[in-house]
Amino acid sequence: MSAWLQQEAGSTSSAEAKKSEPRGQEKKCSWASYMTNSPTLIVMIGLPARGKTYMSKKLTRYLNWIGVPTKVFNLGVYRREAVKAYKSYDFFRHDNEEAMKIRKQCALVALQDVKTYFNEEGGQIAVFDATNTTRERRDLILHFVQENAFKVFFVESVCDDPEVIAANILEVKVSSPDYPERHRERVMDDFLKRIECYKVTYQQLDPDEYEKDLSFIKVMNVGRRFLVNRVQDYIQSKIVYYLMNIHVHSHSIYLCRHGESEHNVQGRIGGDAELSSRGRQFASALRGFIKEHIKLSDLKVWTSQLRRTIQTAEELGVPYEQWKILNEIDAGVCEEMTYEMIQNTFPEEFALRDQDKYHYRYPGGESYMDLVQRLEPVIMELERQGNVLVVCHQAVMRCLLAYFLDKSADDLPYLKCPLHTVMKLTPVAYGCKVEMFYLNVEAVNTHRDRPLSRVVGSHLTPCVKESTLTAQMKLMTVSASE
Amino acid sequence: MRGASRSKNTQILDKRVCMTNCPTLIVTVGLPARGKTYISKKLTRYLNWIDVPTKEFNVGQYRRECVKIYKSFEFFRPDNEEGLKIRKQCALAALNDVRQFLTDEGGQVAVFDATNTTRERRETIMRFAEQNGFKVFFVESVCEDPDVIAENIVQVKLGSPDYTHCNTEEAVADFMKRIKCYENSYQPLDEELDRDLSFIKIIDVGRRYLVNRVQDHIQSRIVYYLMNIHITPRSIYLCRHGESDLNVKGRIGGDSGLSARGKQFADALGQFIQSQNISDLKVWTSQMKRTIQTAEAVGVPYEQWKALNEIDAGVCEELMYEEIQLKFPLEFALRDQDKYRYRYPKGESYEDLVQRLEPVIMELERQENVLVICHQAVMRCLLAYFLDKTAEELPYLKCPLHTVLKLTPVAYGCKVESVCLKVEAVNTHRDRPKNVDVSRQAEEALLTVPDHQ
Repeated sequence: MSAWLQQEAGSTSSAEAKKSEPRGQEKKCSWASYMTNSPTLIVMIGLPARGKTYMSKKLTRYLNWIGVPTKVFNLGVYRREAVKAYKSYDFFRHDNEEAMKIRKQCALVALQDVKTYFNEEGGQIAVFDATNTTRERRDLILHFVQENAFKVFFVESVCDDPEVIAANILEVKVSSPDYPERHRERVMDDFLKRIECYKVTYQQLDPDEYEKDLSFIKVMNVGRRFLVNRVQDYIQSKIVYYLMNIHVHSHSIYLCRHGESEHNVQGRIGGDAELSSRGRQFASALRGFIKEHIKLSDLKVWTSQLRRTIQTAEELGVPYEQWKILNEIDAGVCEEMTYEMIQNTFPEEFALRDQDKYHYRYPGGESYMDLVQRLEPVIMELERQGNVLVVCHQAVMRCLLAYFLDKSADDLPYLKCPLHTVMKLTPVAYGCKVEMFYLNVEAVNTHRDRPLSRVVGSHLTPCVKESTLTAQMKLMTVSASE
Repeated sequence: MRGASRSKNTQILDKRVCMTNCPTLIVTVGLPARGKTYISKKLTRYLNWIDVPTKEFNVGQYRRECVKIYKSFEFFRPDNEEGLKIRKQCALAALNDVRQFLTDEGGQVAVFDATNTTRERRETIMRFAEQNGFKVFFVESVCEDPDVIAENIVQVKLGSPDYTHCNTEEAVADFMKRIKCYENSYQPLDEELDRDLSFIKIIDVGRRYLVNRVQDHIQSRIVYYLMNIHITPRSIYLCRHGESDLNVKGRIGGDSGLSARGKQFADALGQFIQSQNISDLKVWTSQMKRTIQTAEAVGVPYEQWKALNEIDAGVCEELMYEEIQLKFPLEFALRDQDKYRYRYPKGESYEDLVQRLEPVIMELERQENVLVICHQAVMRCLLAYFLDKTAEELPYLKCPLHTVLKLTPVAYGCKVESVCLKVEAVNTHRDRPKNVDVSRQAEEALLTVPDHQ
């Protein structure tokens, strides 16, 4: 073992070679981030109310979830900084010289921030969210990326369906900081005039002539049609695939864990146990809950390939799909142990895990980071689908929840996903509404909070399941963040 | 989704999950020599590999059945009534076979490979699909680059049964005239006129794509796949790690280091790679020591993929076959009965492996020259993809240690060159024994186990 480690230390490495690190220093970069070399600037294009910010935020959330550091730079935010009080659409008239100067200045400041993000903050993708409707503005951006050796990929949203545009304005513009008084008709009126200001100078991407050498995707009528030009690399192909799979139709995603299992009751992790009697009760309660909330014929049900989720779904009495990739995190040598057993048998591993729960990989098993990679097709398919109920496991549910609620890798392994509770996620505006439903069937608590002390090799008793904590120790863990 | 549970433990009925509710008919569109058959065959191979029963129906084949001897391009002239009648009949015969495949034979996707260049022909097909409850997805290839077309003709048309009696010049001249016959009546898919159809238009071999109304998961997978393939000449090198300590002892799985001979192989591999003078080679390994150690000796930067890790043998990890027979004789027999779908308790099956390897395949398609240093079961899965092997053949493909396979895409398939690097190693290949019955004797089970320490 040591000879091999020595060999590792002595070899040359390039930016792309990832050596297997000694225990406790597993690589922190995700599998997806390997696939990008130079930073990429994604440039949104489109008239106002075409879903640019919606796509920017969603794309950014997805890329961060798969481990590619991404950030949105919204020009509207910069403009609001520069011009404290928005008066009216007149600001956006193309003959308003004063305003044009301010707007150009804002763009330059934003691009500088992009440069800082890439060069100094470890960013890999920046999404430049603005209208960018003129060739002049886009040439400015192209000049910037060429100077700095960044890649550039354009995402243009073209929409001529007046209903879609109106709905868009109502959903996100009415509550914008530009319109504090929120009087709907006034907002709608002003905003439509704002759009007209842009239309005058809008130069769409032309795949046949002017822009034929640029890399871009043109999204038409909210995903009805796509034109994809010159995809350069893996990350751009992933972005294209993602954008082609998302939609704006209203739908709800229900996430829950299997019913309480025999292993849960014994405090054991992993394994393939059956439901306890309370677990079976939950399965029946779940059926009642679903019937109340949604037409069963409209719902897809997904489970893992472990008995406890399958048994839970069986109660629903509807067809369900089993996904191996929804199986619980593989705890390797720690499978089926209780936390006490792990502490006794592998105290160092136990401590390492608490140090960095997201990256820590069980020997012979997986890490949360591995789980995210494994779950990516599920996320993609959830985006495509309508109403879905996913019956899964604690670690898996944390990963899925982190995607929908944009939680960081730091927070992900500590998200609270109690047994016998259903979370209903409904996309709304730029985010996700969450409703939690506890189905009134008792279960053990399997949540282990973030420990307060992270010293390796210390023999401080790690936090055990809440149900066995004394009142005093409860006080210690209550303050740990979720 | 692949992976319907076949576990003996649950009482769940075997639910093979359908990627689509109704079968899908993929219809190619395009002038001759635009890569339609190339795309059809590649797509069919990919879909079958990910367990979606797919078959291609090439109308040219039907035409050759019907008109035994091809004379000249005159057959394809738009004013050749006799020719038109025959061609229409062939299309209908092919569609009939499509119906049989999708309705009676459990097929999920049929690829209808023909020019389909007129709206009229496409409408006929759509009516047929509607009558039978099939979804339709068009794949059009548009290309005006004369170099690409010429290369196409040289690679696949010259060797066609139609031109066995011609020399090269005659064949090329005839084929160009054949293309002309179609040009006048060609009605490409149109953004406006065809806006209600589901299709992807591939322009200039993938420089640009137009995608319209993707209806479901399988269509979105097809689009993603088509957007990742290319025709730039390149080679893929597949090999296993050098012989490992566990290999020598006849044990499966685990995470051991290289034996002395394994290290020799790694050096030999490095030299071989150098000698090949490959431009811009990417090297991929798994996250297990033995592949990493092998790559280290090659001396170029490499990327580690967890997805390339060897099949997880669960409770059988690090056991010898003899020990598996002793401890789990039932499991051992079950595995021999259906090696592709059999899942080691707490481990994986070949079927699971294929699903795990799909992103690797996708990335291999995107890349150019790549060397993949992996493991026996993994290499079998990758090879099965490139050489279009069935699920039955896959688990028994021969992937010996210390041998590099060089795969070069050519015409509609893949040329394979096997390079043995002349460093001795144990044999790890276990053939299927004659007796796979659960009641068999130990000797019968262990008959085909290769020698080891």
